[in-house]
Amino acid sequence: MNRFLWPLLGFIALVALLAVGLNLNPRDVPSPLVGKPAPAFALPVLAAPDKTFGPQDMAGKVWLLNVWSSWCVSCRQEHPVLVEFAKRASVPLVGLNYKEVRGDGESDMSKMSPEAEGKLARERADQWLSRHGNPYTLSVLDLDGRVGIDYGVYGVPETYVIDKAGTIRMKHTGPITPDVLGGKILPLIGELSK
Amino acid sequence: MKRLFLALCLALVAHLAPAGDAAPLAADPVAEKRLTKLSEELRCLVCQNQSIADSHAELADDLRREIRGMIQAGKSDKEIIDFMVARYGDFVLYNPPFKAATLLLWVGPLLLMVVGLAMLGRHLKQRNRRVTDDAPLSDEEARRAEALLNETKQP
Repeated sequence: MNRFLWPLLGFIALVALLAVGLNLNPRDVPSPLVGKPAPAFALPVLAAPDKTFGPQDMAGKVWLLNVWSSWCVSCRQEHPVLVEFAKRASVPLVGLNYKEVRGDGESDMSKMSPEAEGKLARERADQWLSRHGNPYTLSVLDLDGRVGIDYGVYGVPETYVIDKAGTIRMKHTGPITPDVLGGKILPLIGELSK
Repeated sequence: MKRLFLALCLALVAHLAPAGDAAPLAADPVAEKRLTKLSEELRCLVCQNQSIADSHAELADDLRREIRGMIQAGKSDKEIIDFMVARYGDFVLYNPPFKAATLLLWVGPLLLMVVGLAMLGRHLKQRNRRVTDDAPLSDEEARRAEALLNETKQP
């Protein structure tokens, strides 16, 4: 009996360890930016090309920064959740349009001028928002993805919750589901808005 | 023959042409070597089992471009690594630092080995004791053993 008990216990422990390991999401990499100030930027606003927006414009407010793009398939999946959120939202939702043109994997950037890229990006982003609904207070264009790098973006969509002091309080990688919104993001917003 | 040779030359030249617009740092082999070395130590977050040097993901392209820019700006290797860690966390390092969160990662294998050696030692000791403590066969047992051995000798 005893002879088999220990190997059996060891086996059960190993299975439990592997079960937990296999159920973890490898995309869920903890962001070092949580607890740090939101990196500054000044990017052109989608709806107003001559204006720029930066995190400093939101000082004193709790807000959400959502990274999206028209070529991003999972963004389409989370979009209805964002549209629904925006209807009842008490906080601004800013869209960071990430590499709208050069991120689609098809455009040959060596043949495109920056102006042409900006124009095409606006067209595509506008078209996508008019088709699927626009939940954003405003969107900004990160054409070359540099701001994305500063925010540690590696898989669109990603969402950041930023507090009144401009500190990132939460990062969610991947599409926002109603569960994530109701279970994590909304409670956090409520707490931060106090 | 002469025409064939010319055609061959032209074909070769055609192959060489696109190489002209390769990486801007190619002219500087030292910098290019640093870029390769650095990007081999960094994990691409899109295809997580590839380094930034190996990955063809767009993010890896962007990050190589960023590293290239930092090398040109005269940043040290440490500054470049810190830049990546500040944005993507220790996860980007194939060689993670030793700290509380990575304790199990570093010490775990050693711990397993120590436990394994201890178990092996205990097992060997027990076996040894069993072998040496064995009392000699009693007369009855000796007779049975003899009988069994004889049995197998019969054709």
